[in-house]
Amino acid sequence: MINFGVIHALVLRYLYLFTRTPIRLIELLFWPIVQLLVWGYLTTYLQRNTDAEFSGFITFLIGAVIFWDVLFRSQQAVAIYFLEDVWTRNVLNVFVAPIRTVEYLGATFTVGIMRTALTVTILSLISYGLYHFNILSLHWALFPFVFNLLLFGWSLGMISTALIVRWGPAAETLAWATPFLIQPFACVFYPLSELPAWMQWISASLPATHVFEGMRAILKTGELPVTNLVWAFGLNAAYMAGAGWLFGHVLKVARIKGLLTKFASQ
Amino acid sequence: MAAPILVADKITKRFGDFTAVDSLSMSIQPGEILGLLGVNGAGKTTAMNMLLGLLIPTEGSIQVFGKDLTKHRVEILKQTNFCSAYTNLPSNLRVWQNLHVFAKLYGVKNWRQRMDELLELMEIPHLKDRVTGHLSAGESTRLHLCKSLLNNPRLLMMDEPTASLDPDMADKVRKAIRHVQREHGISVLYTSHNMRDVEEVCDRVVFLHKGKILTEGTPDDIKRHFAEESLENVFIRVARSGDMVPMGAAVEDAEEAEAKAHAVAETGAEAEATTRAPGRKEGDASSS
Repeated sequence: MINFGVIHALVLRYLYLFTRTPIRLIELLFWPIVQLLVWGYLTTYLQRNTDAEFSGFITFLIGAVIFWDVLFRSQQAVAIYFLEDVWTRNVLNVFVAPIRTVEYLGATFTVGIMRTALTVTILSLISYGLYHFNILSLHWALFPFVFNLLLFGWSLGMISTALIVRWGPAAETLAWATPFLIQPFACVFYPLSELPAWMQWISASLPATHVFEGMRAILKTGELPVTNLVWAFGLNAAYMAGAGWLFGHVLKVARIKGLLTKFASQ
Repeated sequence: MAAPILVADKITKRFGDFTAVDSLSMSIQPGEILGLLGVNGAGKTTAMNMLLGLLIPTEGSIQVFGKDLTKHRVEILKQTNFCSAYTNLPSNLRVWQNLHVFAKLYGVKNWRQRMDELLELMEIPHLKDRVTGHLSAGESTRLHLCKSLLNNPRLLMMDEPTASLDPDMADKVRKAIRHVQREHGISVLYTSHNMRDVEEVCDRVVFLHKGKILTEGTPDDIKRHFAEESLENVFIRVARSGDMVPMGAAVEDAEEAEAKAHAVAETGAEAEATTRAPGRKEGDASSS
């Protein structure tokens, strides 16, 4: 049985961090805005220097920046939440508290939704103001696309946290590196067909690829690519199940090998 | 006699070829403060981590409140708590924010009232709005104690709570622990390298050495067993010799042993006491 009071407490701890250290907002907003400005002005430059048909379509680059941030923020929410406890030497206090794994993950997912909602809202407003890119032009498909990216981000977050627990603080860099390891395969800024055949196999196995392909299809044709959505949901179900199992398994291994207590003595 | 709060039955923890805890059996009675002593590497932290559910024993079982710890971990943890000198609460949160979060984690009703009571008890109500990272070691320890008492635990595990405190603060903390234990009848598992702590606070002591129980009993029993005048001398003797004194081994008449220890202490030859004390192996190289 899930205790929502526990999830509330863990989310509250995260919110208190922001009330105490507002500079953390820089991490949430600064990098996404910088990315948006770089890709946004590249888009306007390309719009002026390409044929009329492509210049309208190329705004997908701005959509890609916003969507990529959904995936990145949700992955970060899971991985960084654990590292916050490592950095403050609070790991043991958390793991001897009556918290079920599902409640711990529930809190990190909630934090992911909050982080994503904040950055996507701000990026969408800026992109509309500066580049006349309206994310709502994706219509109702926006919601399943964003939801799929959240799911995939959570899966990556669970995988990277599991690897950090298994390999120790030396593997901390995975918290940031994991999304970028899959970025070339996720077809964020180019279509799947541009990749060599061997890469396409890998790309097609990532839910994010189908979201970005679907987004480009809507912006180009105005029609919802149902196949992409079905693939994204199907793959995400598999990734969530696999990542959840890995996370639970590594926590069990950590309790056998004493890995959690090693974090406390770092 | 009431049922024990905690029963560890032949728990063993191996890390590869190394055995950190070897077939340890112990129990804690309701309202008892049990000291877990031992030199560095004796296995006390490993044992405590197993009793907290942070480590799964290689062999053996742990029952807390009559329930199996592995199967009922969350249910048991709701009624226990933990205080250690080696963990921190998030340093960038205010004192009240940390207590609020942990009160909610443990499902504490009326958390404000409970927080105020505990801050008063630990004589730190003025620190409520302070940033946790700005507290002194003594203040931080007392905040940890507040956190560990938030849920009125039936069982409290304390890992060297007075480490890094000055004698005055350590005394205050010891008194606070005794006060809480008397008022609420909670059971406490207590580890410390400060033997004064142990003598003052603990009702009973389990002395671990190389993962096994070397001896157990009240602090007076232990001193009598080793014919030492203080637990500190016992500790030093075990640390330096690594002697395995079987439990229940015959000791010299307590009065004679005490007189011998006094005589040695008066000559200032403290180390000599270890060579003369009963239970010592003859010709042990480390005794010279």
